[in-house]
Amino acid sequence: MLIDWFTVLAQALNFLILVWLMKRFLYKPVLNAIDTREKRIAAELFNADQKKNDAQKMSDDFNRKTNEFDDQRATLFKKTADEAQTECGHLLNEAKKSADALTLKRMESLENEEKTLKQAISRRTQAEVFSIVRKTLTDLGSASLEDQVIQVFNKKLHNLGVEEKGKLVSSLKANPSPVIVRTSTSLSPALRTSTETAIKDAFGANTQIQFEASPHLISGIELTTNEQKLSWSIESYLRSLEKSVDELLRVEPKSQNAKPEAKTQ
Amino acid sequence: MHLSPDQVIFWQHGFLKLNSTIVMTWGVMFVLTMSSIIITQNLSTEIKLSHWQNLLEIVITGIEKQIEEVGLKEPRKYLGFLGTLFLFVGTASIFTIIPGYEPPTASLSTTASLALCVFVAVPFFGVKQQGVGGYLKSYMKPTFIMLPFNIISELSRTLALAVRLFGNMMSGAMIVAILLTITPFVFPVIMTLLGLLTGAVQAYIFSILAAVYIAAAIHTQKPKAQIKTEAQVKV
Repeated sequence: MLIDWFTVLAQALNFLILVWLMKRFLYKPVLNAIDTREKRIAAELFNADQKKNDAQKMSDDFNRKTNEFDDQRATLFKKTADEAQTECGHLLNEAKKSADALTLKRMESLENEEKTLKQAISRRTQAEVFSIVRKTLTDLGSASLEDQVIQVFNKKLHNLGVEEKGKLVSSLKANPSPVIVRTSTSLSPALRTSTETAIKDAFGANTQIQFEASPHLISGIELTTNEQKLSWSIESYLRSLEKSVDELLRVEPKSQNAKPEAKTQ
Repeated sequence: MHLSPDQVIFWQHGFLKLNSTIVMTWGVMFVLTMSSIIITQNLSTEIKLSHWQNLLEIVITGIEKQIEEVGLKEPRKYLGFLGTLFLFVGTASIFTIIPGYEPPTASLSTTASLALCVFVAVPFFGVKQQGVGGYLKSYMKPTFIMLPFNIISELSRTLALAVRLFGNMMSGAMIVAILLTITPFVFPVIMTLLGLLTGAVQAYIFSILAAVYIAAAIHTQKPKAQIKTEAQVKV
């Protein structure tokens, strides 16, 4: 008989025991280990997904901020460029205005310099001309000319107007001091006498007279009291001429100034 | 020479006896249990595994996957029974390379006991899943006329299970023994290697057939709750 029933029963029991042993010592621990690991891996994957999502979110946020920053930068750059352009135009205008003002000022300055130079030249010329005239007349001056001058002066003194004579007399009365008579050269005794006579006739016999020589007087005579002065000389004519020439020179540049002003405008 | 290791009796006391089949089975059980205890002592739950743990996990998850592919949706319920069947039959075959070892599966008593276990396990899981009425009704499908044929089928497949395994294992051991007497050098080694392959295939066939029978017992009628759920989904 191939089948031994005791063995069959024993083997069945053995097999059931083996099933229990395998469950207890093999399947349960191994499956638990597998489950634990799977849970851990799932948790790690979940964490990784979460981190990935966070990273993605951060990346998106960063990209958005970068784009915003780029936009802001572009806007600011454009605004700054526009402002710079405006400021540049403004500054250029101001610089142009300043340059125009400086050019105008410089032209005015040049004109003034030119005017001053012209005036200086005119004055120098005038001075030189008059110096030459004075020198010529001084050189030409002689005793006979002096005589003529004194005589003319005496005559003028004699023919002096009542008002002028009154002024001189009242001046002498207010402060009795000698009348100073200045001539370019010292007068001869004859001329002195005639002059004293003429003065005393005019202002009174008690009038004190003092004679002085003044080389800057050109062929002339000058009578000075306290406050009043009476003179006649070629110098006074020359001064009068010089004054009229000077006035003429002053008038001329004014008429010439009209042209540059028109140019500047 | 003996046909079955049952005939090698070490100790006997009336009905009780200690034969080679039982002793070899204990040996296989001891090796399997001790190996399991040793390997599972330092199981790692980290991502890095030891080689032994890796091998063990491959074997167990492989068995689990096979059970699932047969049609059992919750393989862990049946892993204890079917997995142990595979491991026991497989280990008993692999140990044939050890000189002096006789596989306990070469005994018709062992294969019959394993087939009986399957014979009991099929209605056990069927009743557990469908209830007693539901399971018994499955014998009258499609009509009550099929009841005797279904019963015959149940008995005959149990017998077929037992005899198939016994025949294969016994013949393998016998062939090696006969060849050792005729050509004692290289040829028996090749036949032993072939025997290893046959043993592994038989272990696979035995456990897969058991899984198929259990799956057939479970799926003959769908549970009412499942039908209701499906109807609700359709609505």
